[in-house]
Amino acid sequence: MRTFRTHFSYEALLELRSSYTCSSVKTDSKFTQQELPACKPILTPKWVISVFVLIGVIFVPIGVASLRASQQVVEIVDRYDDACVPANVTDKLAYIQDKSIQKSCTRTLTVTKDMNQPIFVYYQLDNFYQNHRRYVKSRSDDQLRDKSKAAVTTNCDPEATLNGKPIVPCGLIAWSLFNDTYNLILNNDNLTVDKKDISWKSDREHKFGSDVFPQNFQQGPLIGGKTLDPNVSQLSEQEDLIVWMRTAALPTFRKLYGRIHVDLKVNDTITVHLENNYNTYSFGGKKKLVLSTTTWLGGKNDFLGLAYLTVGGLCFFLAFAFTLLYLIKPRKSGDNNYLSWNRPPVGR
Amino acid sequence: MRWSKLYTFNCFRGHHGDASADGPSSDGAGAVGGPGFSRVVHCNNPGLQKPLKYPTNYITTTKYNIITFFPKAIFEQFRRVANLYFLLTAILSLTPVCPFSPVSMIAPLAFVVGLSMLKEGLEDWRRFIQDMKVNNRKIAVHKGDGEFMYRHWEELCVGDVVKVEKDQFFPADLLLLSSSYEDGICYVETMNLDGETNLKVKRSLEATLPLEEDESFKDFQAVIRCEDPNPSLYTFTGNFEYERQVFALDPGQILLRDSKLRNTSFIYGVVIFTGHDSKVMQNSTESPSKRSRIEKKMDLIIYILFTVLVLISLISSIGFAVRIKLDLPHWWYLQPQKSNKLDDPSRPALSGIFHLITALILYGYLIPISLYVSIELVKVLQAHFINQDIHMFDEETGNTAQARTSNLNEELGQVHTVLSDKTGTLTCNQMDFLKCSIAGVSYGVGSSEVEIAAAKHMASGDDDHDMPLEDIWEENNEDEIELVEGVTFSDDRLMHGNWTKEPNSSTILLFFRILALCHTAIPETNEATGSIAYEAESPDEGAFLVAAREFGFEFFKRTQSSVFVREKHTSPNGTTEREFKILNLLEFNSKRKRMTVILKDEDGQILLFCKGADSIIFDRLAKNGRVYEVDTTRHLNDYGEAGLRTLALSYRVLEEAEYSSWNAEFLRAKTSIGPDRELQLERVSDLIERELILVGATAVEDKLQKGVPQCIDRLAQAGLKIWVLTGDKMETAINIGYACSLLRQGMKQICLSIPTGDQVAQDAKKSSLTTEQAAKESLLSQIANGSQMVKLEKDPDAAFALVIDGKALAFALEDDMKHMFLNLAIECASVICCRVSPKQKALVTRLVKEGIGQTTLAIGDGANDVGMIQEADIGVGISGVEGMQAVMASDFSISQFRFLERLLVVHGHWCYKRIAQMICYFFYKNIAFGLTIFYFEAFAGFSGQSVYDDWFMLLFNVVLTSLPVISLGVFEQDVSSEICLQFPALYQQGPKNLFFDWYRILGWMGNGLYSSLAIFFLNLCIFYDQAIRAGGQTADMAAVGTTMFTCIIWAVNMQIALTMSHFTWIQHLFVWGSITTWYVFILAYGMTLRSGDNYQILLEVLGPAPIYWAATLLVTAACNIPYLIHISYQRSCNPLDHHVIQEIKYLKKDVEDQTMWKRERSKARQKTKIGFTARVDAKIKQIKGKLHKKGPSLTIHTVS
Repeated sequence: MRTFRTHFSYEALLELRSSYTCSSVKTDSKFTQQELPACKPILTPKWVISVFVLIGVIFVPIGVASLRASQQVVEIVDRYDDACVPANVTDKLAYIQDKSIQKSCTRTLTVTKDMNQPIFVYYQLDNFYQNHRRYVKSRSDDQLRDKSKAAVTTNCDPEATLNGKPIVPCGLIAWSLFNDTYNLILNNDNLTVDKKDISWKSDREHKFGSDVFPQNFQQGPLIGGKTLDPNVSQLSEQEDLIVWMRTAALPTFRKLYGRIHVDLKVNDTITVHLENNYNTYSFGGKKKLVLSTTTWLGGKNDFLGLAYLTVGGLCFFLAFAFTLLYLIKPRKSGDNNYLSWNRPPVGR
Repeated sequence: MRWSKLYTFNCFRGHHGDASADGPSSDGAGAVGGPGFSRVVHCNNPGLQKPLKYPTNYITTTKYNIITFFPKAIFEQFRRVANLYFLLTAILSLTPVCPFSPVSMIAPLAFVVGLSMLKEGLEDWRRFIQDMKVNNRKIAVHKGDGEFMYRHWEELCVGDVVKVEKDQFFPADLLLLSSSYEDGICYVETMNLDGETNLKVKRSLEATLPLEEDESFKDFQAVIRCEDPNPSLYTFTGNFEYERQVFALDPGQILLRDSKLRNTSFIYGVVIFTGHDSKVMQNSTESPSKRSRIEKKMDLIIYILFTVLVLISLISSIGFAVRIKLDLPHWWYLQPQKSNKLDDPSRPALSGIFHLITALILYGYLIPISLYVSIELVKVLQAHFINQDIHMFDEETGNTAQARTSNLNEELGQVHTVLSDKTGTLTCNQMDFLKCSIAGVSYGVGSSEVEIAAAKHMASGDDDHDMPLEDIWEENNEDEIELVEGVTFSDDRLMHGNWTKEPNSSTILLFFRILALCHTAIPETNEATGSIAYEAESPDEGAFLVAAREFGFEFFKRTQSSVFVREKHTSPNGTTEREFKILNLLEFNSKRKRMTVILKDEDGQILLFCKGADSIIFDRLAKNGRVYEVDTTRHLNDYGEAGLRTLALSYRVLEEAEYSSWNAEFLRAKTSIGPDRELQLERVSDLIERELILVGATAVEDKLQKGVPQCIDRLAQAGLKIWVLTGDKMETAINIGYACSLLRQGMKQICLSIPTGDQVAQDAKKSSLTTEQAAKESLLSQIANGSQMVKLEKDPDAAFALVIDGKALAFALEDDMKHMFLNLAIECASVICCRVSPKQKALVTRLVKEGIGQTTLAIGDGANDVGMIQEADIGVGISGVEGMQAVMASDFSISQFRFLERLLVVHGHWCYKRIAQMICYFFYKNIAFGLTIFYFEAFAGFSGQSVYDDWFMLLFNVVLTSLPVISLGVFEQDVSSEICLQFPALYQQGPKNLFFDWYRILGWMGNGLYSSLAIFFLNLCIFYDQAIRAGGQTADMAAVGTTMFTCIIWAVNMQIALTMSHFTWIQHLFVWGSITTWYVFILAYGMTLRSGDNYQILLEVLGPAPIYWAATLLVTAACNIPYLIHISYQRSCNPLDHHVIQEIKYLKKDVEDQTMWKRERSKARQKTKIGFTARVDAKIKQIKGKLHKKGPSLTIHTVS
């Protein structure tokens, strides 16, 4: 009884004292005394299990949904770089570099599953380092946007000027523009490949000027890739270039070539007349033509769904494992026996 | 009889003690002129003195001057490896190899270096101002023809004659020529040198006594030949050539710079050592720059990271070289034939080397410059909180705690040993007359703190240790009623003249007379109030005199031969003034341990009053003088146990004849010349101090600073070791040891000291060793015995205390002995070093610091503690009444010792954890980020291209992740401050370094590595080649980079949210605000055209793409799940103390089950052998032991 009373008076005293001291100095505040109200969450078993279950509950449905979306995508991939070089050509590099040869080629694709429009046509390059620093740097955004800045070609070397005049668009990226072309024929009808709006709207409207015209482009001794479409003059309409100028993050990449606004049925045969101009032979890169549909998620992407399912599943497993752990080796929250001074080696 | 003989002062006699003051001595002169003794001082003769070119009295303690500041400060800055590295990258960023813009490299470096230099400059400026103040003090200097003129201190030269007036500081080391007293003595206060406030007496040579007025220096000429400047405060060897005679000088004539003239109206002196040559300046050590342990370890980690950096850069550049050699010629789209030398396929090695530099800069995110900025900022804020803490605010002085440097905040949480000064730190240097025993009756109802607490504890009736000591303290403080300063004595039987009614009133009268007469103090009348203050050699004499005055015996005047006392109650007609003729005064010294006056009262009776240590007095009692011996002994024991200083008082009545025959012999001994004069004097004194009659005993409490015993108790419970280093005498130090519970009855004391001179000499003769070797030998065996004793001790409760004195310490600190000494000291529960010089304090501190290899903290208040404060890992200065030197040298200043507890246990604990967590997190976050850049390289032909926009990288450390980690470093609290104080054991997490050990650091690095892999490869797989939108667009580099960066921002911010355990609105704002800021930034950045491919990226490209959000969620979860598993598992299976306490608090168990809460609080203390609790325990055990002895064998139960 006595101890209890003394203890009580101690607490009261402490309170008294602190309230006295607190009021005596002006600068005192909860902030400076580091006594701001705080929430101090603690990972109790309940919380641990709930968190894991919650993650599982969120992740598994997302995983299922994205996997299903990915499986709805129909994709036709055709590699043509080897096939489009005549069988009798031994030096593919010389063949592709020979300007005099007409490099037409015909490929036949069979639709494996119904494809609803819009169907996207891509070209895919492999082992092509669009992300090389020397390559990425080699452009001039100012020049592309602004007519008056045509001479700004600082980073464009070695494709900056021609005979002292600036090249527009300058730089290696533009210079090496992809120049294979595809003509798709479905059941003897030409499939119109819609090449409008394949680039980002903001690029067309803000980054590539509508009053900027190509100058001296692809007129040097070395011709890299495609020359620009002579039908449209301004850069903002050169959508192939705009797409190409968005450099890819990885050496394997796909870029949008166009869209087909026709549904394709199973076993439809598509004949592709292509012009095989682009040199990937010197560095052993593959070229592929891709026809693909999309869903809300984009293209075929099983990985995302699988990853979600894995993480979700793992979380369920962890929830289960921790439940087991708490059952087998329970520790009451705030059990004072676990304080270091109460544990066997130290405890009395 | 000469006045000066009364005040012989022995403490300043060092190793050269045999150079007698009374005449030339061959011993002292022999050394002069030899090596190390080259100084020649031509007194009062600047013409001869000038060519010798001794430095002037100008002192400077600054590190820089205006010209050297920039080069030197910049050099200092770039001595830090990290800064040098950043400088290198900044320079390289100007060349085309740099992957970023130069501004983003140079600006942060300039900021960091500029900030640090500004800090340095300000500190130095403050030092400069301080120096100027000292240099511009004025002093009267003889300028010729007997005229004195005031000049600045700095203009003083060796050989100048100066006149120092009362209460002035001595401007340089002086030779005392004469003083206002006719026998050439003067009183000196040496507080700034050794921390002692009592006055010391110096006296001039007799030869120079006539030089007592300004005029007499007209023709004064003399030459001093003496030792070279050295730091030893207590020695001096030299010769004084004056009027064709040579006199030997000893420390008794030397007045040291920074001590103060007291009680003497003026002195004349000759300057011997000026400025930096003076002993006190020689004692000062260069103030070292201190870095905390964590910071040193951080450096190591940075080296490791740097190695990793170099390694991945090497991989990168080799990869680059290989690809350039093998592949680049085939990459026609790069036009390899037109390449420059940075990527020239024909010279791959050269390109590789260039690329190495690029890579080093690119991956520089592993070693973030922002780490240094953030840590600096966090520490400043932490220091700010320390300064603001209201619980460390002293209402009396109005001072708060001050973190003078913010470098060491976290070190406060890792302290292992506290080395404390005594006077002014632990004690107020104020003695209180508390009790006395007269004629076998104990008077005085006041109790010492220990007694009160023990009594209360016993009264509470139960034998468990739950009762918080705070209860006792709280009540204690209320009892304090301050009486007259120096006396807390209260007992109505003696006060107000009531003693005349006591049965033994004649003995009581004698007792009071001894108090009033047997001393060496001088009364100082305050002219304004008429009250009398006493200047006494030791503060307890002052306490006696004040007590005597309270009893009605006011000592008010001392002449050369008499002492005058105003007695109130001895005669019927009120107050009478009595004169007592002093015939002889046999002074106190540590060997004699007693002091005697022989005097003649007004009736012509010759009386001998003797006071001294009880053992000494009891040995000398007459047969009829032992009436009260038994009772007095009992009382003395009680007093001693209560931590009081005791002295026994006795008297003797002398016959005229007996006295005169003794006096003749005494005079003979006094005038004898030669080395055994001291011995002679001692022998003769011994003859008369016999056949004494015991009167009683006094008990004086050395007043401790407020809250000192409690603080020591709690620090001990927090597992800290406490050493006391003091300039005081051994007896005083031991008493204080008792008073603040560092020592207690039943503790085994190991006293190490060098045996007295003659004993050593005898030993030396026997074993044909030099005196020094013999002393060493004896000390060695003492240490060995002590160690043996400790080793053989079986009782686990037994505690040892080590007490060592300054001379012994000088040997113990030598290389061959120091480890033995240290090992013994570690075994002992408390260590007390007495009579240590400032330099020795520093050396002991170094020994502890280096020997134990743990963090040491030194705390002190005076200039004598500066060395130790600078030497220790952390120096704490008490900003009290004494000068500011200690505070200026310290890293932290507090106004009371008791605040040390809060400084260490609360702020230290918090800061340690904060900084440790912060650094770990910093490494995590930069590894997680930096490595993704590296992985990308492998996919970009090692070309040095970054997947992120330059701006993202710049902002990553500066804006997007910095505030949360700063809030972690500033506001994180694992437990509240009350709990830190209630559970001192939590402090041990610091010294054990639980939060910054390699396991934890590598764990965090592993986590960073994992996160980087998860972030990069998950994103890579998700964005591989497919369309990312229903519109069929594929991801370009900007989209991939931005998504990856979003993932990083989420992952690292979620990570820190998981790391924190304390969320105020600030943390919430910073963590969630950082994530929001990222989105705001990318929106705003997307509006500007300079963003390149990131133009409108969120609104147009990524925002509408579900895959972007899905990737963010997936990666964030994947990065944090392992850490979540880790902390969940750790908490459930292997909880640390603060986890459990957090849970108890969270579940409010402490309110529900108060008994458990209290019990845990008391168990959370380290088992200590020192401190108040241990002492109360011991006392209870002892009392119980007595009780149990009566009954059958019972064991003492302690709560388990």
